[in-house]
Amino acid sequence: MGFRDLMDEVKLRWGVHPAGHKALTSECAIECMPLPERLTLPLAQHIGAPARPVVTPGQRVLRGQLLAEAVGAVSSPVHAPSSGRIVDIGDYPVAHPSGLTAAAIVLKPDGLDEAVDFADCDDPHGLEPAEIARRVAAGGVVGLGGATFPAAVKLGLGRRNPVQTLLLNGGECEPYLTCDDRTMRERPEAVIDGARLMARALGAEAIVIGIERNKPAAMVAMQSAAAAHPEISVRGLPARYPMGSEKQLVHFLTAVEVPAGGLSAEVGVVVHNVGTAAEISRVLRTGEPLTHRAVTVSGAAIARPTNLRVAIGTAVSAVIAHCGGVRRDVARYVMGGPMMGMLLPGTEVPVVKGSSGVLALVADEAGGGEASPCIRCTRCAGVCPIGLLPFEMAARIRAGKSEAAVDIGLKDCIGCGSCAYTCPAKIPLSHYFSFAKGSLAAAERARLKNESIGKLTAARSARLEREAQEKAEAAARRKAEREAAKRDAARAVAAEAAAGRPQDSQVSA
Amino acid sequence: MTAPQHSPHAHDGGSVGRVMAQVMLALTPVTLWGFYLFGWPAIWMWLITVGSAMLFELACLRLGGGGRATLGDGSAALAGWLLALTLPPWSPWWIAVIGSFVAICIAKHAYGGLGQNPFNPAMVARVALLISFPLEMTQWVAPAPMFSGLGPDPVAALERLLFSTPIPDALTSATLLGQVKAEASRGVDLLASLPALGAGVSDGVGHHAGSLGETGSWLILGGGLFLVYRGVIGWLVPVALVTGLAVPAAIAHAIDPAHHLSALHQVFAGAALLGAVFIATDPVSSPASAVGKLIYGLAIGFLTWVIRSFAGFPEGLAFAVLLMNACVPIIDRFTRPRIYGHGATAGRGA
Repeated sequence: MGFRDLMDEVKLRWGVHPAGHKALTSECAIECMPLPERLTLPLAQHIGAPARPVVTPGQRVLRGQLLAEAVGAVSSPVHAPSSGRIVDIGDYPVAHPSGLTAAAIVLKPDGLDEAVDFADCDDPHGLEPAEIARRVAAGGVVGLGGATFPAAVKLGLGRRNPVQTLLLNGGECEPYLTCDDRTMRERPEAVIDGARLMARALGAEAIVIGIERNKPAAMVAMQSAAAAHPEISVRGLPARYPMGSEKQLVHFLTAVEVPAGGLSAEVGVVVHNVGTAAEISRVLRTGEPLTHRAVTVSGAAIARPTNLRVAIGTAVSAVIAHCGGVRRDVARYVMGGPMMGMLLPGTEVPVVKGSSGVLALVADEAGGGEASPCIRCTRCAGVCPIGLLPFEMAARIRAGKSEAAVDIGLKDCIGCGSCAYTCPAKIPLSHYFSFAKGSLAAAERARLKNESIGKLTAARSARLEREAQEKAEAAARRKAEREAAKRDAARAVAAEAAAGRPQDSQVSA
Repeated sequence: MTAPQHSPHAHDGGSVGRVMAQVMLALTPVTLWGFYLFGWPAIWMWLITVGSAMLFELACLRLGGGGRATLGDGSAALAGWLLALTLPPWSPWWIAVIGSFVAICIAKHAYGGLGQNPFNPAMVARVALLISFPLEMTQWVAPAPMFSGLGPDPVAALERLLFSTPIPDALTSATLLGQVKAEASRGVDLLASLPALGAGVSDGVGHHAGSLGETGSWLILGGGLFLVYRGVIGWLVPVALVTGLAVPAAIAHAIDPAHHLSALHQVFAGAALLGAVFIATDPVSSPASAVGKLIYGLAIGFLTWVIRSFAGFPEGLAFAVLLMNACVPIIDRFTRPRIYGHGATAGRGA
């Protein structure tokens, strides 16, 4: 441990030091995995509205062809990773802890790998900022660190807030994962190029690349690639979890706190992942959309842990089979890192744009076990990077008082899982928080729904009332008109009589 | 596949049982030292306290419908252990058993078991015993080290414990704090009496009368350092408690040395260090935040000094701990840590 690490250790009062397990794959270069038999491409691989299919079953598509288009402002398109035939559009298992299915396009590659004509670009740095964002959006690029927020939407933030700094997140603080480390070591120029393009789109003057100090080779590679660009600085980060969380990264590198409930862009900072940067460089230069990604395949159960470049839509089972299968009893299959990744209900789910890792963990690695009562040891509070009291929030949620948990910061929780990682009573704290956030969101949706139902009902009764009133008024008017007409007629008769037709009246009398 | 598991899919391997085991490990040196100093009666007393605490725990868990078994995590054994260390070393068996009953059945399980008790079980038991059986709870013995021939052999010691034989006059003694109180009430000032009384206390080795585990000051401090190093307890509460006790003691001693013990005597005498390291750091009954812990530690130290100096009891740590236990909810309420992104520094440079 160097002096700087020691200083950071004293300065930073949050976080945990989970066993890294990175040596399993950190020296494994990213190898291209051959195309599988089928590709299952979910329509929602990003945060926002699911994409809308523009192909039909039976249709032949080419590599890079648009399969589903973005819908609305926050969305992202899906493209074909290879040429082949669309087999089906329907519901398929995806990475969801409860094993739910989601709409997906199934593509059977024909092995020819014929591509559409890509519009390549020799000098993307000459493009207008808005055009860069447009091409990133069209290329279907989302945050590859796992957040999967459409990258172009974040590039557009510069138009609403002045952004001075682009932070590139090379922290990769999740255990096991090394695909960002490998990307920085193998394609440092692409990362720098992508970062400069993003900075141009944002209007940011400075680029800061943060890399955890447990990746010295990546640090050296990035420093030498950045040497030619004075606006780029490469900074070492302490190796602790969750250093790669946006709020922690912004605070560590710029000494500014992102306001609660706000975006980092409000303080002039936008954060992107290094993998996203490399992909943006490729998308803009070649014109090819995002159809593959680097995935770390690791865990003690994997026979041959490594890093792979995988076609999006490849089944986890195919990925694991390519790595020699499993050699021990698997306790949990996880997509992403172990701290925030998702338990897989099975291995027939596809790798998606946000899948940074595929892990097959044995029981010793996965932790877990029966929860026992909280002894208020406050370790959870000690490691919380946000300064929350997780044990107190969990107690309130357990008592059915999720709103009371919001009062002490539930909505500020970033879900990093440090509290549950360190809890000696093995209380599933993160689970409580996800549950409460979910149920509060559902309650909020129900409230909005009720509100709009209320509004519509009120509008309807107002309309009916108005119509009834209008009808009544019209009826009254007609009646008045009729009476007026009658009176007129009577008056006319009277006038006629007065004018000299007395005989009639006499007759009638 | 098993039932859905939320992330994280990793754990640092700690457990409540491990926490308890480390505290027990830290207690072992001072306990063994107490056994050496006070001999076989102390060993039997310790065994009966710990054993009965575990039996009461088992009974409460059974009565509570089986529930989750917290017997195996060692929390009951630890509560009994801590209680034993705060009792006069030659206490009769029924003091130990009643103490365990109060600690486990009343102070812990009546409130809902592990993690639910607002008051420290060992301190509730000690105070209950002190108020109910003031005579037995102030029957102090001078150290009669093992192998010295002064104390009884194992069988005689057990008999003494079971039949509550009076302690031979040659071995009865008084604690420093007790004697100071007694001398003060007789009008003898400390300047005259202290040289005789305080000699064995200020070296911290523990060759003086006191509870089973409170006299070996250096061993208590060593155990505390181990626990801080292992991250089981924080340094804040012990340091705050000692500060809260030592600072007023030093001031009062400087002003009136004839009626106030020095800070060193205050800290090394009685249960101050045992309380600072092993009692006040009990997580269940202490505040959550750093500021809260600071307030809590300082207040226990200060209250201990006030009770020792001005109240009827010679020792006040147990009362101070219980008083501050009662304040924990309100301390917690007003000392929540600042949340990232909220408050003055959000959005600006720190």
